Amino acid sequence: MSKSINHLRELESEGIYVIREVAAQFENPALLFSGGKDSIVMTHLAHKAFYPGKIPFPLVHIDTGHNFPETIAFRDSLMDKLGAKLVVGSVQEAIDAGKVVEEKGYTALRNGLQTPVLLETLEIGKYDAALGGARRDEEKARAKERFFSHRDEFGQWDPKNQRPELWNLFNGKKNVGEHFRIFPISNWTELDVWQYIALEKIDIPNLYMSHKRDCVVRDGVILAVTPFLNLKPDEKVEEMTVRFRTIGDATCTGATLSDAADMDSIIKEVAMTRQTERGGRADDKRSETSMEDRKKLGYF
Amino acid sequence: MSFELDKIKEESSNHQSNKEQEKMQETTTQEPISSEDYLNMELLRFTTAGSVDDGKSTLIGRLLYDSKSIYEDTYEAVKSSSEKRGDENINLALVTDGLKAEREQGITIDVAYRYFSTPIRKFIIADTPGHIQYTRNMVTGASTANLALIMIDARNGIVEQTKRHSLIASLLGIPHIVVCINKMDLVEYEQDAYEKIRKEYKEFAGKLNVKDVRFIPMSALNGDNIVHRSDKMTWYNGPTLMYLLEHIYIASDQNLIDVRFPVQSVIRPHSEEHHDYRAYGGRIAGGTLRPGDKVVALPSGFTSHIKTIDFGNDSIMEAHTPMSVSITLTDNIDISRGDMIVREDNLPYQSQDIEVMVCWMNERPLQLQGKYALMHTTKSVRCIVKDIKYKMNINTLSRLTDDKTIGLNDIGRVSLRTTEALFYDSYRRNRNTGSLVLIDETTNVTVGACMIIGESSAM
Repeated sequence: MSKSINHLRELESEGIYVIREVAAQFENPALLFSGGKDSIVMTHLAHKAFYPGKIPFPLVHIDTGHNFPETIAFRDSLMDKLGAKLVVGSVQEAIDAGKVVEEKGYTALRNGLQTPVLLETLEIGKYDAALGGARRDEEKARAKERFFSHRDEFGQWDPKNQRPELWNLFNGKKNVGEHFRIFPISNWTELDVWQYIALEKIDIPNLYMSHKRDCVVRDGVILAVTPFLNLKPDEKVEEMTVRFRTIGDATCTGATLSDAADMDSIIKEVAMTRQTERGGRADDKRSETSMEDRKKLGYF
Repeated sequence: MSFELDKIKEESSNHQSNKEQEKMQETTTQEPISSEDYLNMELLRFTTAGSVDDGKSTLIGRLLYDSKSIYEDTYEAVKSSSEKRGDENINLALVTDGLKAEREQGITIDVAYRYFSTPIRKFIIADTPGHIQYTRNMVTGASTANLALIMIDARNGIVEQTKRHSLIASLLGIPHIVVCINKMDLVEYEQDAYEKIRKEYKEFAGKLNVKDVRFIPMSALNGDNIVHRSDKMTWYNGPTLMYLLEHIYIASDQNLIDVRFPVQSVIRPHSEEHHDYRAYGGRIAGGTLRPGDKVVALPSGFTSHIKTIDFGNDSIMEAHTPMSVSITLTDNIDISRGDMIVREDNLPYQSQDIEVMVCWMNERPLQLQGKYALMHTTKSVRCIVKDIKYKMNINTLSRLTDDKTIGLNDIGRVSLRTTEALFYDSYRRNRNTGSLVLIDETTNVTVGACMIIGESSAM
């Protein structure tokens, strides 16, 4: 007797299992929602895990204030559809309140400011587990991350001292003040995510599909022209046919030239591409281990 | 651990016709995966363990490169890091050794997960360091693998490390072992060298519990029998490694006979629309479930029938391991997390006295009479270590009964007594219901990985 399921269904079952473990093992979990495709897939899995019940924890969005308007519109309509509770941690408010100081200059990023705002939001909400859509194929420091990733009372990650994680037995035991970051789609690749979105017919923001948009090229990265981007005097704005492979802060998320306007062409494009998706992200390019450094401090 | 990716690049393109090569340079395409194909792709998890110079990195690099899974920018980043470090060749270890400490010390500390896919399968590689002091990492990587690659240098034959990796693969119940007899180019591609190692390994493997062992002579560096057949070893009629990975039969690796459904959560929507809905969420740990099946809930012993098997908003007619589903029953009986739904005529063992093989993962040794938290399926209990039977010498497979201190990376046989009965199978019969972990109650750290042998005799 033999039966098998395809790789997407196996990854889906693994993700649902992990999400249900979180709901069972933690008192007050939350799902980190960025508006990107990975967190949309996470939300979809959470919805399936507890259906017909509602997702039994809130979704937390750390809002840098530098969003594509499409991201926010999409987020709000998704929350309505799922009846999910949304909690917003605002980087702009933290700047206004003088809790964090904004970087200056043309290459100023708000990415570093997300970490203190995230930690504060988690602290205020007393969340003991934060589910994230990070994948191990994204970046080399993430390749070593556990499904259940322990954080100390300062939100720090200690990569050399991670708990062993065997079989499907996830140890979420912790002391008061500590918490966990949980990554249910650790074993997915970018291609798996797209194939799954196509398989399940999940709605995604149209930023992921090819469209025309005003852009500038800076250090080889195509950036969308938005009110938040400080243009240098010699930078030339051009209309380009682009789509985004990741959606983050509008000032540091690079677009790619693409004609892929439907799911099939996106899947083909991703299967053929020779650049990692974070290759377009200025925040990762700052140093060889910038992701590990940010993660140690509490970045997700 | 230097790695000659440039050479692989060169070699790979030699296999392409000129026309194809031009096309490669132009678009660097891989075969597009159509939407129909990917719905038939299976997932294969395999583990590799190895040490400096056995060619493991080269082999992984070859698999990733030939399946177009190393991205250009990763390659460029690794190339520039290698140059910065003064490495002569491109150092592929930098692709997997992502942590600062690993890069500084030039060693792999942790399990690194790598991903690649072909139009037939998606692969997850758990790449682990091979030294004896990293046994716990090897065990971690092996715990979820369907297949293990064991690397042997054709010049050296079977060494201590080969035996250790094989023993761990056997203990962790990995169903398939592929022995890669590598560096055949350095023994003039001689069949005799290959046959001698094969014979020796078979004798050794007779002492282990492995069901399926295959042998492939190869040269990872030159690409012989990795993706492309070697024209230098015409005496070998078996498959290439890539063909084997794509086609080896894994659908029967799961236990589809004994129905085991550990209840993970109770799903009660509390809404107007679904007022009386009550389902049990979980991942099927064994067997096949269908609506109408008569089942019994443990530990209560109450029987009922499966009403529906729900998956999202679909109801399905059949579900099997490893699917995550929700089950509704025809009767309203009291079931909660940690309980197990099974078939009446096929019960798991139920006992508080359990005999296990433990792999110890912590600096502080296992304490005889020590108390630990224990996680098994979805159940959390406490236990006490009643007896240490022996420690295993993982190089010789011999049992040590005079030194029974089970410290970091040691493997031994112990008896546990739990606060409540567990519902379990032997690890050999079912990896999901036969595995458990021990947790230190003061630090909350996972300290022991256990494979259940069976019920221990009462003491």
